[in-house]
Amino acid sequence: MKNKVRYFALFREQAGCDSEIIEWQGGTAAELFRMMTEKHQDLKTEAAALVAVNDEMSGWETPLDDMDEVLFFPPVAGG
Amino acid sequence: MKFSVSQTAIDVEAAKKRVADNSCGALVVFEGWIRDHNEGQAVERLEYEVYKPVAEKEGARIIDEAIEKFQVSHALCIHREGLLELSEVAVIVCVSSPHRGEAFDACRYIIDNIKTRLPIWKKEHYVSGISEWVNCEHCAAAGHSHRDH
Repeated sequence: MKNKVRYFALFREQAGCDSEIIEWQGGTAAELFRMMTEKHQDLKTEAAALVAVNDEMSGWETPLDDMDEVLFFPPVAGG
Repeated sequence: MKFSVSQTAIDVEAAKKRVADNSCGALVVFEGWIRDHNEGQAVERLEYEVYKPVAEKEGARIIDEAIEKFQVSHALCIHREGLLELSEVAVIVCVSSPHRGEAFDACRYIIDNIKTRLPIWKKEHYVSGISEWVNCEHCAAAGHSHRDH
């Protein structure tokens, strides 16, 4: 299946791009992120990272659907 | 809008007026300012990146939660994005209610959740010329309250 992946802030700098289309066998957001860390050597897993799917906050273990847009948020620091 | 993102300076007096209500005897305002140091480094300016589509939805949700949980009359939050200079207001939370107790509690709830749930990131530009994303990973640890940064 296909998913659009978007990176923000620190993750964007580590991945070296702000978005990409990934064709893969499917799975959870956590599995997709893990795959991306193998593709982009500088992209590192962060315990406090968050994920959103189609502009809604989501969970790392939620299974993704074909064409979902997956947003990887590094640890947030508002305020 | 109860939660909004602003690219220009926050008008604090206008924000306060938006929660004014004759039935309220208390107004609690929290202002977050850009300070000149963080974790031993001299800070020159700060840059906020906000992913608005999610921040606006989740921010409104946090304010609705606070209104329901603490039964306050009105609440709002405005957060800046872009490049900010020292002493500028980065965020403001205004809460009004008949009595002060619930207004303090709701204000605290809103700012604490804004800091940990919204897709907002800050890059600090230090006097030394270096700039770095502020990593609040340790904020997820129990007991840490953003008190020091």
